[in-house]
Amino acid sequence: MAEAGRVPLHTPLGLLAELTHRCPLGCPYCSNPLALEPRDGELDAATWARVFGEAAALGVLQVHLSGGEPGARRDLVEITAAAHDAGLYTNLITSAVGIAADTLHKLADAGLDHVQISIQDGAPESADRIAGYDGAFARKRALAAAVVGLKIPLTVNVVVHRANIDRIEAMVALALALGAGRVEVAHVQYYGWALRNRAALMPSAEQVTRAATAVERLRKRHHGEIVIDAVVPDYYARLPKPCVGGWGRRSLNVTPSGKVLPCHAAESIPGLEFWSVREHSLAEIWNSSPAFNAFRGTAWMKEPCRSCARREVDFGGCRCQAFALTGDAAATDPVCHLAPHHADVAALAAAQDDAPYAYRHM
Amino acid sequence: MSKTPPAIAADARPRLPRGVRLVHSEAQGGWVLLAPERVFKADAVAAEIVKRCTGEATLAAIVDDLARSFNAPRERILADVTAMLQSLADKKLLEL
Repeated sequence: MAEAGRVPLHTPLGLLAELTHRCPLGCPYCSNPLALEPRDGELDAATWARVFGEAAALGVLQVHLSGGEPGARRDLVEITAAAHDAGLYTNLITSAVGIAADTLHKLADAGLDHVQISIQDGAPESADRIAGYDGAFARKRALAAAVVGLKIPLTVNVVVHRANIDRIEAMVALALALGAGRVEVAHVQYYGWALRNRAALMPSAEQVTRAATAVERLRKRHHGEIVIDAVVPDYYARLPKPCVGGWGRRSLNVTPSGKVLPCHAAESIPGLEFWSVREHSLAEIWNSSPAFNAFRGTAWMKEPCRSCARREVDFGGCRCQAFALTGDAAATDPVCHLAPHHADVAALAAAQDDAPYAYRHM
Repeated sequence: MSKTPPAIAADARPRLPRGVRLVHSEAQGGWVLLAPERVFKADAVAAEIVKRCTGEATLAAIVDDLARSFNAPRERILADVTAMLQSLADKKLLEL
């Protein structure tokens, strides 16, 4: 039995390692915070190695090497080797710009298990315009070919929004042509830079419906050939997503400077106290840091979550979204049809305009 | 009605592709199959099957071995193993 008033701790499965916020691309939907961490604040490779060892000891199985663009780190091979040596399954999440062919070979030798490459659209001109970087698309094709050539499994991640959502079929065809075993159709989630660009990125309800139909058709057509993962986009959903599998339940996020967050957007919630791997072990942070304990369990919930049958299915949705849309991080995620602020979400989704993107920049 | 899964050749040599690993985790309470950005809990039976998918043993040999080890009818083992391997292959977690 759990001690009264205390929540039994789960074992984390995954660690998102944001190795740097530096990135050559300027995607207007970037999930990084608006205030980006400069290079001189980044953890060194030795500290990352210690963190990976502590993560493995805590029960973590997979590490996602991400950013920013992880290829911006000169010591990426050393960092990847350390994660592999700690016994972790290593996943590189990259824009493909900044990973040279010889670096990829060294990463493969270091034990890299999987690569995820983001694609901005099915055609070069539009893809490069969205990424804010000329020539990015060609580099993605080249790195994807090199990954597949080394027999490393490849996931293609396509981030969809108003400008490209009608071309899901072309993007899945591209993923197949590149030799990906899996494609993630990721609707933009409105945090960080994406929140700033929301009106310019938001798809229409008709587009979302057509996209869902397209995904179903493609899944049938390519069954056994490629795995297609997709979820209903937040602003058009009736039920909220079980964000990060529940706060402080399944995953940890370490920022470039070493702060440990329950999810990558958690710093957008004011008043939370985050601990750093510079001062604490990962186990201390997982077990005791105020930020991780802030929304564990169900005691923090208000109605309608508190008495809801789904309270331990979706955990009230996303805390960051609840705060962003209602000003109260303990409110029901307004994506939920039972939330008092649910009507606001439809109004926000309807607020679309074709203003130029505010591209992400340091 | 769902269609019958296609039979797997008796001389197929199933194996885990690069990027898929079966590991035992004390902290997670048992066997897990690690795959690209996904983790699957494997129950004891699934783990016994997957452990034998080395790329060397044929399907026939795997089924013989399981039937012996668990003292179970070969026909039933064959049906269970075929269904499981096909489902893993459809998810790109196994090469046949």
